[in-house]
Amino acid sequence: MGGTPLPEGIKLIDENGKRIDGRRPDELRPLSIEAGVLKRATGSAYLEWGNNKVMAAVYGPRECHPRHMQDPTRALVQCHYNMVSFSVDDRKRPGPDRRSQEISKITSEALTHVVFTEYFPRTSIDVYIEVLQANAGTRCAGLTAASVALADAGIPMRDLVASCAAGKVEDTMVLDLGKEEDNFGQADIPVGYIPRTNEIVLLQMDGDLTIDQFKTGLGMAVDACKKIYDVQRDALRRRYTVPAEADEDTGSAEVK
Amino acid sequence: MSKDVMADLKRDHIVKLLSKGVRVDGRKFDEIRPITIEKNYIMSAEGSARVHLGNTDVIVGVKLIVGQPFSDTPNKGVLTTNAELIPLASETFESGPPGRPAIELARVVDRGIREGQAVDMEKLCIEPEKEVWIMFVDIHALDYDGNLFDAANMAAMAALKSAIVPAKRADKGEDFPLPVTHEPISVTAVKIGEHILVDPTYDEEIVADARLTVATNEKGDLCAMQKGGEGSLTVDEVHKVVELSKRLGAEVRSKT
Amino acid sequence: MQRNDSSESTREIVVPGDLLADKGMKAGPGTYVEDGNIYASLLGIKSIRTNVVGVVPLSGQYVPIRGDMVIGKIVDMGASNWLVDINAAHPSPLHVNEVPWRVEFGETGRFMTIGDLVLLKVIAVDELGRVQISMKEHGLRKLAGGMVTDIAPAKVPRVIGRSGSMIQILKNLTGCRIHVGQNGRIWIDGDLENILIAVEAIKLIEKEAHSRGLTEKVKGLLEGASKRGE
Repeated sequence: MGGTPLPEGIKLIDENGKRIDGRRPDELRPLSIEAGVLKRATGSAYLEWGNNKVMAAVYGPRECHPRHMQDPTRALVQCHYNMVSFSVDDRKRPGPDRRSQEISKITSEALTHVVFTEYFPRTSIDVYIEVLQANAGTRCAGLTAASVALADAGIPMRDLVASCAAGKVEDTMVLDLGKEEDNFGQADIPVGYIPRTNEIVLLQMDGDLTIDQFKTGLGMAVDACKKIYDVQRDALRRRYTVPAEADEDTGSAEVK
Repeated sequence: MSKDVMADLKRDHIVKLLSKGVRVDGRKFDEIRPITIEKNYIMSAEGSARVHLGNTDVIVGVKLIVGQPFSDTPNKGVLTTNAELIPLASETFESGPPGRPAIELARVVDRGIREGQAVDMEKLCIEPEKEVWIMFVDIHALDYDGNLFDAANMAAMAALKSAIVPAKRADKGEDFPLPVTHEPISVTAVKIGEHILVDPTYDEEIVADARLTVATNEKGDLCAMQKGGEGSLTVDEVHKVVELSKRLGAEVRSKT
Repeated sequence: MQRNDSSESTREIVVPGDLLADKGMKAGPGTYVEDGNIYASLLGIKSIRTNVVGVVPLSGQYVPIRGDMVIGKIVDMGASNWLVDINAAHPSPLHVNEVPWRVEFGETGRFMTIGDLVLLKVIAVDELGRVQISMKEHGLRKLAGGMVTDIAPAKVPRVIGRSGSMIQILKNLTGCRIHVGQNGRIWIDGDLENILIAVEAIKLIEKEAHSRGLTEKVKGLLEGASKRGE
């Protein structure tokens, strides 16, 4: 972020105010979520958001590893965010890097806020986020999917966390940056938000923003989280409301 | 770990059933679980496939980059196969660099592709001794219900067949389909007591005495084998698995 | 908390954070209270019993509760206790004082050993999540023979049925001896054909736990199977 110069001839926003992929400034990319897609995990969710494909799985509460991390008063929510080697154009070397460690940390913290960790002393609730195909906004996609996977795993929670980013492109505030906008935009603000309680549980920002632009961007992200929250809730309900005959055919919830 | 705690009890039951000619999931001893293959699943990969083999779920992505040939094969491309057994797929998999099971899996799949001459590596030479295409085959397990070897082999073959060499992007001429010339297919069987079963589930795999993977090509000739497990196989049992692999491999090949 | 009697007062599926009721109701299991309002803390089915609102979970790991009957497996032994895996986050110690025999110090191995299956009761769970188990009550014992099948712990109440009706059907129509642990482990003993039929029926219940007419479907399967056998 921070204004990498645009290649010649590319405009991120056209004269009609439409973005490079045809969206309005406040428009989300298509999002769909399916809960309970993996058999072995305690809970899981698969999410497609624009060209992102993300799988999240939850195991536990179970014995805490490493042992010295164990907390006698509560469960640890341990999130592991990972991008698979072929999720990006240039093959990524497998294994954790500093970026994924940081995302894992802030995602763990955001999720810990909603989990009733005190119900499960000395245990670990392990959350795995695998980005299969990355196209900007994967940390928000990961947090959104992980929160559905936690509920699917039957973990007691106060609420679900929805997540979305806003950003600045050619001096215009836009919602849910696409890949080109992420590469050549001027700022990015990923937000994790609980609509019902009006709580922000994840917030980062990088780039260059006036305070007014930040206010606009945060407002856009918060409004979008409300829509995303509905898709999350829908995905969980649909998992159990499919007709018995079509049991295998898990429904997915969508917004366009 | 708590699921494996019951392994010996499961074994008693599985063996009792086998003596009556029945598998836990009702399959015949020589019956492979239903297979679904989605090719071109990942946009960011040059070739990809997601394979469901029963409840086992594997994604393989193929990435191609320009690099240097090995000095002993100056006019051939380079194959690198890597497997990640991530904890998202099973409570028995651990975080961190690939352990022995992941390395064995990657090497067995690699051997099938390499020794089965799946890809015409000479066509991946750009300039002898200087530049060739390096082909990364990355195996990623998502849900582990046994027999990752065959699921990964199928996904790898399907991914290779869907791969396009990105020559244009690298300024090396026009894009072209990856030259897949042979189709080695592996079939894995396990021995439980005196019984030989193909395509083991997780429960069958953890109670098995021995395992044998046999890869055959479209002519029915052998190209790779791997025996695993602490138990033994008789010569007749090995021949039996070879015959099964040839027969069932042909069925599987028609699906990739 | 009574878990075996699944109250079906609503069919409404709720997710964590859903408002269930405001003042005037009492908060039951699977809920929490914030500013006097009752919210769901679990994905599940909203249940109302007189003035108590709760959520019957649809998924999740086994969490021990006092009074649960569970099937455990001995995974280690000490001089005065056995360590038992009960499918919870941690294994639980079974002290020699909690078995129906008089066991001298260091003699645990003479009574039960690693690998043995036991039918137990959870007698206490403390604030730190430590579980006390006992084998002293009538009917609790070491389980010999038979087989064990696993189901999702959230589906156990359906296998048991209202006041034990479903499990009674299973026992009557298969002639098997069956113990259902709240921890999702089900022990079945009988002749092999009948065990297989019972397992099939249990898997059907697990798969269609929350569909209507489940009892009839299970009866149909069991009666069909016994006719095939004749």
